[in-house]
Amino acid sequence: MPVLYTSQDQVEVYRFNFATALFVPLAALFLQAFVPLKFPFFMMFDLPLLVVIFFAVARRSQVSGLMTGAVIGLLQDSLTHQKIGLYGIAMTVVGFGASSLGVRIDVENVGARFLGTMFFYLVHEVVYFVVARGMVQSDVQWAWSHELLSALANGLLAVVLFALLDRLKQRA
Amino acid sequence: MDNLLSRHRNVSILVAVLFAQVLGLAVQVKRDSSGQETRLIRLWVVEAVTPFEKSLAWIQNTTGGIFHNYIYLRGVRAENRQLKQQIEDMRLQQVRLEEDASQARRLQLLLGFKEKFIQKTVPAQVIGTSGTEQSRSVYIDKGFADGIKPDQAVITAEGIVGKILHVYDDHTSSMLLVNDTSSGVGVILESSRIQGVLRGMPNGQLTVEKILSDESIQPGERVLTSGGDQIFPKGLGVGVVSAVKPGKDSFLDVRVKPGANLSRLEEVLVITHVENRSPSVDVTGPVRAADILAQRLPSVPDKPAVDPSLKPVPKVGGATATPLKPVGGQAATQQPKPAQGDAVQPVKTATGNPPLDSKKSSLPTGSAATGTKSALPPATASAPQASSSTPNATTPSPAGASAQNPAVKPASTTPAATGTVKPAVAQAPVPNKTVAPAHRDPDKSAGPASQNKPQTAPVEDKPE
Repeated sequence: MPVLYTSQDQVEVYRFNFATALFVPLAALFLQAFVPLKFPFFMMFDLPLLVVIFFAVARRSQVSGLMTGAVIGLLQDSLTHQKIGLYGIAMTVVGFGASSLGVRIDVENVGARFLGTMFFYLVHEVVYFVVARGMVQSDVQWAWSHELLSALANGLLAVVLFALLDRLKQRA
Repeated sequence: MDNLLSRHRNVSILVAVLFAQVLGLAVQVKRDSSGQETRLIRLWVVEAVTPFEKSLAWIQNTTGGIFHNYIYLRGVRAENRQLKQQIEDMRLQQVRLEEDASQARRLQLLLGFKEKFIQKTVPAQVIGTSGTEQSRSVYIDKGFADGIKPDQAVITAEGIVGKILHVYDDHTSSMLLVNDTSSGVGVILESSRIQGVLRGMPNGQLTVEKILSDESIQPGERVLTSGGDQIFPKGLGVGVVSAVKPGKDSFLDVRVKPGANLSRLEEVLVITHVENRSPSVDVTGPVRAADILAQRLPSVPDKPAVDPSLKPVPKVGGATATPLKPVGGQAATQQPKPAQGDAVQPVKTATGNPPLDSKKSSLPTGSAATGTKSALPPATASAPQASSSTPNATTPSPAGASAQNPAVKPASTTPAATGTVKPAVAQAPVPNKTVAPAHRDPDKSAGPASQNKPQTAPVEDKPE
């Protein structure tokens, strides 16, 4: 039985079947954990975050967006040795924001995807930094150059990845 | 109120979800000091992800193994030659190191020094990472079934890499790398002997904290574990100092380049058992080819009588040996010395075929790199320095050696020779136990038991 997430807006909304909704986030988590073993530079990408942005924007539903973000964020937290909830909170905010943005602008455009991903990557990092420093008192540092470079890299990857994931979308 | 919530339904849900997560986070922060329990969600995610990682790692190893072991063999012969040469060099180096190590063990024994010895390690393969830069931890394919427990040290041949954080199941564990910000390792700088705490920085670099700015540290100095953290045994390699800068609050900012490549770990060793014991001293030394040969050959007949005119020279080792009279520093040097004629026959030193032992004794440890490499078997290599530095006491070779080498003089006539028995003389805490039987049983004076006697000479016999 397919899981349907649609919004009531007039804009074009998409749905994903159950297998896609389940295995794409899991595959993103798996690749994020495995690929850096062979290619350490891959650590600067954040595949789960890109998947959250993609699903949130495509579904154009704030509730489904934030729930998707929360679940994937908590799963990502589980792979780390840190407190569970740091990524969960950051991804929830990103999921909600991305779906809100998806309602208002055309996110099928390549430029919009690139800039949107960069923006949400930075939002994600800011929220993570604030929560990690403010609540958990983790020793995290903010380096603008590193964050901007990572945002740029994730924006470029998002353009390619979203084009691939577009094939899995089904018109609602 | 209901109207407000329904009007802002999405925002309300967002706030509720965020609140729930913040609450969960606060609970975890509160319970932080309670221990390292594994959360159920963490276990589920790890159980879901690691089988794929293990499968991929297995496929990669198998295909890589086939390619490297059967297809890509270019340059293997040259490499083999080079490795054989390296083995020879290392054998020679081993000779010197064994001497140093045994000397250090004896000194440690004297001091009642307790040390941690790595007794068992488990090799493991790294199968995955945490996937984020904020958490520098990796997963390995060993778990409960292999005796893995939290807080066990993990090392590679290049140096330490981390410690076990969680054990999830029989074949999965997570490991915290030393360059994580929450990691801390007690370290000591090799030459300056300054101790500090090795910590990871947010950018993944390593730094040694708590070193005062008035200390002198040079880049390139090796960093070793100090054992102070009760996780890593003392003396394991960590890395080298890469940079030294003034830091905050009159402390130095000492950067360390890790010996192991922490971002490309493949195989690691988990130290599953560490024994806390005093170093042992092998008093009799290893069994050597010359000892076995001496045992198989006919025993040396006792000399019937000694010419009274030779009486001033006390003779030990034959049936007519007189009891040892400690006279100043000479006592220890007298006893192991058989009469010159006694040991000649079994070891055939007079025939021009020096025994294995006498070959060694004529080869000082410093000559290891002088081209006599292959003639020196590693198993028999522990004695040369002792026998060369203490010629007065080596048996059965001394007789033969003295016949060949005029520098090897009878002990009783060289009181000064006790001074050449440098640290070995002062190290032995149980000299009399080994010295005495040599007098009681003259046959053994030419046997293996007396090989190391000069090193066990009593401290009190040393000339003041």
